[in-house]
Amino acid sequence: MNHRSLDVSGLPSYKFGHASLMWWGLMGLIAIEGMAFALSVGMYLYLWSQAQQWPLSAAPPDLRWGTLNVLILLASVYPNHWTKRVAEDGDEAKMGTGLVVCSLFGVALIGVRALEFTTLNCRWDSNAYGSIVWLLLGLHTTHVVTDVYDTVVLAVLFFTPGPREGRRHVDVSENAMYWYFVVWTWLPIYAVLYLMPRLTS
Amino acid sequence: MNPVLEQTWRDPPGLWGTLCAIDHKTIGKRTIVTAFGFFLAAGILAALMRLQLARPENTLVGPDLYNQLFTTHGTAMMFLFAVPVMQGMAIYLVPLMVGARSVAFPRMNAFAYWVYLFGGLFLFVSLLFDIGPDAGWFSYVPLSGPQYTPGKRADVWAQMITFTELSGLLVAVVVIATVFKLRAPGLTLARLPLFVWAMLVTAFMILFAMPSVMLASTALILDRLVSTHFYNPAEGGDALLWQHLFWFFGHPEVYFIFIPGLAFMSSIIPTFSRRPIYGYPAIVLSLISTAFLSFGLWVHHMFATHIPDLGKSFFTAASMMIAIPTAIQIFCWITTMWKGRFDLRTPMLFVLAFFFILVLGGLTGLMVASVPLDLQLHDTYFVVAHLHYVLLGGAVFPLFGAWYYWFPKFTGRLMSERLGRWQFWLFFVGFNVAFYPMHHLGLQGMPRRVYTYPVDMGWGALNALSTAGAVMIAASVLVFIVNALGSRRGGALAGENPWGAGTLEWATASPPPPYNFERPPVVRARDPLWEPVNEPPAEPTQVVGLAERVREALVTTVVDALPSHRLAFPQPTVWPFISAIAVTVMFIGSIFTPWAIVWGGIPVAIAVTLWFWPKRRETMADLAVEKRP
Repeated sequence: MNHRSLDVSGLPSYKFGHASLMWWGLMGLIAIEGMAFALSVGMYLYLWSQAQQWPLSAAPPDLRWGTLNVLILLASVYPNHWTKRVAEDGDEAKMGTGLVVCSLFGVALIGVRALEFTTLNCRWDSNAYGSIVWLLLGLHTTHVVTDVYDTVVLAVLFFTPGPREGRRHVDVSENAMYWYFVVWTWLPIYAVLYLMPRLTS
Repeated sequence: MNPVLEQTWRDPPGLWGTLCAIDHKTIGKRTIVTAFGFFLAAGILAALMRLQLARPENTLVGPDLYNQLFTTHGTAMMFLFAVPVMQGMAIYLVPLMVGARSVAFPRMNAFAYWVYLFGGLFLFVSLLFDIGPDAGWFSYVPLSGPQYTPGKRADVWAQMITFTELSGLLVAVVVIATVFKLRAPGLTLARLPLFVWAMLVTAFMILFAMPSVMLASTALILDRLVSTHFYNPAEGGDALLWQHLFWFFGHPEVYFIFIPGLAFMSSIIPTFSRRPIYGYPAIVLSLISTAFLSFGLWVHHMFATHIPDLGKSFFTAASMMIAIPTAIQIFCWITTMWKGRFDLRTPMLFVLAFFFILVLGGLTGLMVASVPLDLQLHDTYFVVAHLHYVLLGGAVFPLFGAWYYWFPKFTGRLMSERLGRWQFWLFFVGFNVAFYPMHHLGLQGMPRRVYTYPVDMGWGALNALSTAGAVMIAASVLVFIVNALGSRRGGALAGENPWGAGTLEWATASPPPPYNFERPPVVRARDPLWEPVNEPPAEPTQVVGLAERVREALVTTVVDALPSHRLAFPQPTVWPFISAIAVTVMFIGSIFTPWAIVWGGIPVAIAVTLWFWPKRRETMADLAVEKRP
């Protein structure tokens, strides 16, 4: 059989955003984890619907540290946005700087999160309310820790000498994307944990 | 055969190569064979149960062991066989059907396999040590909670969930990314083989269903390990929360076992009817609507609880409604066969059995979807009959058909038709003899999950008949094994396309070379191999210009499959295997102490970091063909 050929040798060897394979993989993980968050919030509301009073024999979590974390998370969007942009421009020196700044934001967040756990006004084993509060906060913290670790590993990679493929810039760009997910999921969880019990009491 | 591509894409040889393998065909075959191994093991447990029930007041198996047998049987069949075997088929076939050289994220795919294998072994090893789970395959609280199941049996079940669902979720991401981004140019969504559509829909369902059972089982472990109170009504928890979370996953699960069965049907029927499928758009829309509806049925498993009547009515309606898209597909297949030239080979026998058995299971499904009848039949053998008719008719019969159909592609050789027919008739008759009497037993009031029954209940004869059917099923499976093993070495050589089928997996050698296609195809029709090619062709028919000494594949756009960029794929490595071992240690440790998550997390983090870390030699090779966007 005769063939006519489609020559693809002139095509680029990586692309950013939703053209990339990495983006779709990441979106898959975000869908899974987003579903887990949504179901956890569902559990919280379900348990609430079964209760006479809410929170069960406890004050709602103190506002101070949780609210501070909202501010840190919102502020961290900018360095991540900047890092994503310089990654897409291919500027490796700036990517290194950006990754360090993003990591520092992450570390600060983990520090405040540790304090946040001390002011929840409930224990995980006191009652079902305490259990679900700790579960929600624990689930989000797991995501924070994982993404901060990712960011640190990427930062170390960009300070390690040696040539790097352009595909690594896609990794940096998608790492910022994942951080956005961590930020945007915190807002509804914050509303559920901190604001809703206050609005209704 | 292209020796350069062969060298570039093959897995390393030897034992080390076995641990490092990432080729989707290797991983797919391993998944299928492993799942079949668990199918045999769980089948042996079923045979033991049938022997115990063969006559009244039998003493072969005691109540405690019997509880472990039915729990492990159901758990293994659902979580270690039915879901993974379908994913294994997808992993092997989807890249070939879309004209790709690899799955997306091949290392993650290998990791998912190891996690699945270790999770499955964990369940069966536990059973051997008498800590097999014993609270039923859906492990209801409070029975599975800390108060009523001390010891580790319920934790084994819950952690097996974590293993298999982690694996299943990762494979779902792999399938979605492969289908969306690695299709051959011209293979638009409107030309996607129905098999691939079905696997794509399945993967999406997994994405949104499995987190629910992971969350439920994590909460169960927490209740048991660190005294949380999610399911403890005394402290504000709720036992029905478990049922909601479990069935929000569990009902879609039935459909992501069933939809791959539909995938096999829609592949086999056109081939053996010698014509394109009838009603392609209707079938695609039916698959998608089945997926959506399947998330709105879960409460029909809870009709015997105190949920409001209005809710029950809604879920009855939804349960009836989901019969519609299935019926549409059945009519499309019948039309395809009616209008085609019918060729009754072994795969088709299994396909025809689907019509008989699944429809019977579907009809009893409509019966138990109505609340008053369900209250009568709940927890009786009627439900056991119903679920086996649905799951074996909807998934296992088509799966056997699929095995006969694609075996030549997997191995290069055809299976014996004569033994195939023997296997089919033994299985078909045995299945009905084993499970049909259970409808009557259920109507007569025989409850599920009893290890024996008194003589004067009068259930002895039907139970003996059912056990005879189980023996026939065992014989059928034995014939199947003999056929598969014998044909692997001695079967007739298949060539590229022994059935004269129309989809792309038949456009390459059997078994396919490591790189799948020497020159990836350009697709111009739904059944590319049935499409006449003009001489000389007016449009391109194949892709050239991909690097040969680097694992380079073509990435295309999501809807229209236009060429987007070339992408270098990763090399085989042992790190997915080592990471899976680290994860296994962490998971098993964490049913004993919560600190296992902290200390076990460190080796996991190290292993996945080394997995990711670029190797200089590979980096240099990739850089040689790099081109900035």
